[in-house]
Amino acid sequence: MTTTSTDRPLGITGFGAWLPRRRMERKVIATAHKWFNPALMAGAGGTRSHCSWDEDSVTMAVAAARAALASGDPGKVAALSLASTTLPFLDRQNATIVAEASGLRPRIRTQDVGGSLRAGTGALIAAFQDGALEGGDASLVVAADARRARPGSPDELAFGHGAAAILLGRERPIATLLGWTSESDDFVDHYRSEGRDFDYRWEERWARDEGPAGRLPAAVAALLDRLSLTPDGIDRIALPAASAREAQRIAKSCGLDPARVADPLDQACGHLGAAHAPLLLAHCLEQARPGETILLAGLGQGFDLLVLQATEALADYRSAGAVGAALGAGRSDENYLRFLAFEGTLELETGIRAEADLKTAHSVAYRSHGALTGLQAGRCTACGTVQFPPERVCVNRNCGAVDSQEPYPLAGRTARVVSLTADRLAYYPDPPVRYGLVEFEEGGRLLVEFVEWEGAELKVGARAGVAFRIKDRDEQRGFRRYFWKAVPA
Amino acid sequence: MAKGIRDKVAILGMGCSRFGERWSDSAEDLMVEAFQEALADAGIGVGEIGAAWLGTSYEEIGVGKSAIPLASALRLPNLPVTRVENLCASGSEAVRGAAYAVAAGACDIALALGVEKLKDTGYGGLPVRTRGAFNDLWMPSMSAPGLFAQLASAYVAKHGVDAHDLKRAMAHVSVKSHRNGALNEKAHLRREITEEQVLKAPTVAEPLGVFDCCGVSDGAACAIVTTPEIAASLGKSPLVTIKALQIAASDGSELSHNTWDGASVANTRIAAQRAFQEAGVSDPQSEIGAIEVHDCFSITELVTMEDLGFSREGRAVQDILDGRYDHDGAVPCQIDGGLKCFGHPIGASGIRMLYELYLQIQGRAGPRQLRDVRLGLTHNLGGAPLSNVASVNIIGRLD
Repeated sequence: MTTTSTDRPLGITGFGAWLPRRRMERKVIATAHKWFNPALMAGAGGTRSHCSWDEDSVTMAVAAARAALASGDPGKVAALSLASTTLPFLDRQNATIVAEASGLRPRIRTQDVGGSLRAGTGALIAAFQDGALEGGDASLVVAADARRARPGSPDELAFGHGAAAILLGRERPIATLLGWTSESDDFVDHYRSEGRDFDYRWEERWARDEGPAGRLPAAVAALLDRLSLTPDGIDRIALPAASAREAQRIAKSCGLDPARVADPLDQACGHLGAAHAPLLLAHCLEQARPGETILLAGLGQGFDLLVLQATEALADYRSAGAVGAALGAGRSDENYLRFLAFEGTLELETGIRAEADLKTAHSVAYRSHGALTGLQAGRCTACGTVQFPPERVCVNRNCGAVDSQEPYPLAGRTARVVSLTADRLAYYPDPPVRYGLVEFEEGGRLLVEFVEWEGAELKVGARAGVAFRIKDRDEQRGFRRYFWKAVPA
Repeated sequence: MAKGIRDKVAILGMGCSRFGERWSDSAEDLMVEAFQEALADAGIGVGEIGAAWLGTSYEEIGVGKSAIPLASALRLPNLPVTRVENLCASGSEAVRGAAYAVAAGACDIALALGVEKLKDTGYGGLPVRTRGAFNDLWMPSMSAPGLFAQLASAYVAKHGVDAHDLKRAMAHVSVKSHRNGALNEKAHLRREITEEQVLKAPTVAEPLGVFDCCGVSDGAACAIVTTPEIAASLGKSPLVTIKALQIAASDGSELSHNTWDGASVANTRIAAQRAFQEAGVSDPQSEIGAIEVHDCFSITELVTMEDLGFSREGRAVQDILDGRYDHDGAVPCQIDGGLKCFGHPIGASGIRMLYELYLQIQGRAGPRQLRDVRLGLTHNLGGAPLSNVASVNIIGRLD
């Protein structure tokens, strides 16, 4: 029996974020295009995050969700919304993949939300309004985006890739929703159509002057009035604008104190699309003190506006995958050709070895989705041996029990490297492919790829965790497969 | 209690094609080349063969499925013919089938032929192929050198040897095999190399360089077996008989159970012990005159010396550097150049190993001839250290 009634409002109970570790130096991009478009040099400060070849909105969402769930109970999550404009599958629910890889219970309520850069705030408002959530249940909103940009475009500099997750529940919220408002308006400063890789963009001065931000002053005033708040009552202002200057300009136009505008993170990671507003919210929560209020905006074909307030519980809250940690875990990248290859805008000669057919037998994949997506090993109930992949007969030759294995998740556990190599013969989009055996401290071993070990010593005995990544892409059939890889613990 | 195969089957004739990049020859051509030599050696006609086994692995770029390609290429007159596949141990598997048929009395004379046509892929290295519908969904993109290279990382960690000393011992393995292969006119790679060349070669899969890897070759090898009585009646002398045929396959322990340290090949150890017992060999060090092991990579040969028991645990590096496995060492190894230089047409390799020992035991090995080889051992490994099938066979003089 839960002691929490549905009468208590939903609040934010946790948050997490994930930024790909690769941070491209903007000056490298701009310098490469200087011959063609020298104007790009003006926006060439800072770095932008970008996905490795094996990351996408789904894998980043899983990383952010797992970070948010580190402070909560994944078993209580009963609903998950995945917001993005760059989901890899148009018809195959991406949120279902994220839910299983995040260690959530099977068969919960899930949905993909997209279509606009305010999909993240829209999903958040909907989750706050979710009357169907049972008393003790939690709800997870994850937003992730990995927008591609045409080489030489301002978008190439401005965009970043990343994800943020907000966990909602009724028990000990760290922030509550004071109020919100939302307006739709078909203002087309940019769009991306079906089958197109890149955005089409109208003049940015028009977008700045006539766009959704122009409607904010009246909406902010009305919302504050409704909440009996003065502009001075807003402590932190989270605006997913292109720059700090632009965010401050919008704040000022709304009668808000520009000094209270949160860092829009354009210099550190770039604009994360639909994930940007949730990322800024997480960043504000990470820095806020109990009692502080946060105004959050989502912009795109209108706007969403939310006013939230941190609670006393925030003082005790510790996030394992906080925004600061994600921002700090970056590695400067100056290899622009590799960046293009990972973006898919530069086709490299990969040789005949790369022609191997990667056709997926979907009936096989579904039969084993617990092992593949959930990284569920089998634990023998007769002898305790943990084994991957799970089989009907226990691998311990002193046991040999049949049909004795129960699901045993390996994700989130620590392993040690048993053997390894760096292989330059096998085809891999980011050679050499590193792989080997790892052994989990609490039992079970896994033949696995190693990724993200730049800056960490990969050797026998090294401590590793696992991360959900793209395993390979079947370009012929437009499918991609996911599996787990070993990362530094 | 089973008595085993010892001395129940004699080798009547053997043949082996030249190994290498046989651009102008098909797998069928290579089969005929090896078979004609074996027939002549056996002194029989095709009509006297009672059954045949074909060992080949990459049928998708070679002969296709089934044993029919063997039957058709050799025009075997509607014989019972079987195709076997056990990765790189497919050739040894074919011999096992033929020898068991003779031992069982199912036929008087049986043929085992292994063949592989690897150089029709359009790229270097072994062909890329599926590891099964489920395994393809989770196993990394891997190559054979990468799978075996991991032995080195675990070996260094287990025995605390210096990584450079290990690299030097691995280099010595290859230098030795190139020296041996240079004397073999059927070998794929016949040029001697230096330790410095090996150490400076481009990396394939850390710590394996180009010269730590065996040749990727086309070739075929075959054996005609019969009973010792029939062999003697056909005037065969000296008689070479099979002393042991052992094979051990992974039960999933290496991949899925925390009981393997990654620095050895468990099945080699098991198959070797069974083979010594079946052959009645109590002191392999003094009784075995020559060995042909599965040196697909230098590190494989190194750990195999410990797995077979010729080097003590952790001692292979020093033994190799001391020349123990050289042509003039205590346990001559890869006298014909091994997989490294004779070459490695997958399905043919297990039989190619027997071919060299068969010649050595009869004193027919020409410039490579060792003194007084009475017993020889082959070690033929299919798969990778973390999932494999290991075959250890022993042949020797009957008297």
